[in-house]
Amino acid sequence: MLAYTLQRLLYVIPVAFGVSVICFMLVHIAPGDPLTAVMPIDATAEQQAAMRAEYGFDKPLPVQFAIWFGNALQGDLGASIATGRSVSSEVSRAVGNTLILAFAASLIGFPLGIFFGFVAGIFKDTLIDRAVTAFAITGVSVPNYWLGIVLVVIFSVTLGWLPSTGAGPGGSTNWAWDFEHLRFIILPAVTLAVVPMGIVTRTVRALVGDILSQDFVGALRAKGLSQVGVLRHVVRNVTPTALSVVGLQLGYLLGGSILIETVFNWPGTGFLLSNAIFQRDLPLLQGTILVLALFFVFANLIVDLLQPLVDPRIKRG
Amino acid sequence: MTDPTANLLEIENLEVRFHGERTVHAINGLDLELKSGEVMTILGESGSGKSVTLKALLKLLPERRTAMSGSMTVGGIDVMALKGRALSDYRGKTVSMIFQEPALALDPVYTIGDQIAEAVMRHERVSKKDALARALDMLKRVRIPSPESRLKNYPHEMSGGMRQRAMIALALACKPDLLLADEPTTALDATVQIQVLLLLRELQKEFGMGIVFVTHDIGVAVEISDRIAVMYAGNIVEEGTVGEIIKDPRHPYTKGLLASNLHDADAGETLSSIPGSPPPLDVKPDHCSFAPRCAHAEERCLSALPPVFKPGPGRRVACILEEGRAPQRLGQRLPEPA
Repeated sequence: MLAYTLQRLLYVIPVAFGVSVICFMLVHIAPGDPLTAVMPIDATAEQQAAMRAEYGFDKPLPVQFAIWFGNALQGDLGASIATGRSVSSEVSRAVGNTLILAFAASLIGFPLGIFFGFVAGIFKDTLIDRAVTAFAITGVSVPNYWLGIVLVVIFSVTLGWLPSTGAGPGGSTNWAWDFEHLRFIILPAVTLAVVPMGIVTRTVRALVGDILSQDFVGALRAKGLSQVGVLRHVVRNVTPTALSVVGLQLGYLLGGSILIETVFNWPGTGFLLSNAIFQRDLPLLQGTILVLALFFVFANLIVDLLQPLVDPRIKRG
Repeated sequence: MTDPTANLLEIENLEVRFHGERTVHAINGLDLELKSGEVMTILGESGSGKSVTLKALLKLLPERRTAMSGSMTVGGIDVMALKGRALSDYRGKTVSMIFQEPALALDPVYTIGDQIAEAVMRHERVSKKDALARALDMLKRVRIPSPESRLKNYPHEMSGGMRQRAMIALALACKPDLLLADEPTTALDATVQIQVLLLLRELQKEFGMGIVFVTHDIGVAVEISDRIAVMYAGNIVEEGTVGEIIKDPRHPYTKGLLASNLHDADAGETLSSIPGSPPPLDVKPDHCSFAPRCAHAEERCLSALPPVFKPGPGRRVACILEEGRAPQRLGQRLPEPA
């Protein structure tokens, strides 16, 4: 088990390095000059060159990458061009908000997805199954920003029950677990939860259906287990695969959603990203993408480490 | 079951019909009796309804797509009427089953010990510790080497023969009155087959339960059973002791089965087989199902179901060819096989 854990941890290093290279390259391939936003319109060629040199954009790309990567290893992701603030602090504040939103969406999406999946799988090919499956497909297919807007129209504009934008009263960005703040998270969390819920529902349904059709289920009944006893076995069998799907979806939730955070003005990483893109704020963009990509890597790592605990068929050696 | 002559198992006029995309009349008016402690083999080719009969006895057939009629009793329990708690009490305790493919019949993510202990705890009020002790005892009885460590093994950590021994241990853990064995040696290597058969026979003597054994392999049937019932198209066409079936087969299908056996065949000799293939069973048979493949078929074979003759106790043949034979009396020698 220890060897397995170490091996998985070591895998993270090349993956994380690859992720950094891709983040860096992608941002530099994108068109647009990062300095136009902060440079005076009437700046002379010398002033432009000086500014470029100050930010290090005059050096060859590999050198720029080496400098950026070296600093990133020490936790310094540079300074935002637009605001001048440190990227690390901007990202960590946004990450906190995204984590809160992802957590709330997980609490809604995963339990419901697993529950619906089980119900549909157990009652496969019945009316219940068809209703649940239709619901799940709708959830996956509907564009979630559109769903977000529809929810805002219904619950904020028409009914006036819930606030539509921000992460707290009066545009507050300091989250607190109280009723005032929780009211703000309901709509974005529900909107964000719909897609993972649909995906988890469909996966678990397929898994449960598959397990129930296997010979050993007949053998379990033959030894006298009740329906509940059989279902306990089904749960154990479904868990490993369901766990990996939930892990992937968790990565997706941690990545935040640019569209949903923008629709709801949620001050998370998605919101930060969209601002960075529009302002061509390269250091902020790189830093945010890197942190999000690393979240994905770590979500997968956790799943990989948990899997041998629930599935004896995976070798631990 | 205080009366030793009483039947442990009685099946009368069992009919099983599957409906779905197409209807299949899998079992058509089957009668079968088994005394306690007796081993009966149902012999037949694939699709003849052998496995369906066993599954019907445990009511394991998919409820929504199956229509069953007739009567089945095991040790006085009316199986047809069982449902809910009473049904699951009966399964595994009164009647248990071992399956053809042990790799698929064991839950891959539970240890062997847990799977056996689970059955014990289900049927007897014992602690997990006692149930595991019973599991260990059972693994010893089926002669699994180093049983203590095997208890903690998962199915994928064992060989095929070992898994089938574990399956047998599981099936016998609650000392059932009747064991159903659905081709338990078919998926195993030839050498392992023999070991498992010998083990089953020993355990049968030790536990004294009745066994209904299903196979398509005559060699296996001869090895394990007291009596053989030959099944074709969802019904028994001939029944008798092993000696009677082997030395004096009466039904043309039984004769064909014996003739198509590979034993004693010389190299270069043409192997005999039964021409044609079994009927599709999408309608309920109203005439002898074997007639289209039978060399002795007459017109009346195709117009009505064959009469069932009982030339001796526990002996029956469903064929018109029996008609001409003199009724067998006590002391009379069996006619020599043709």
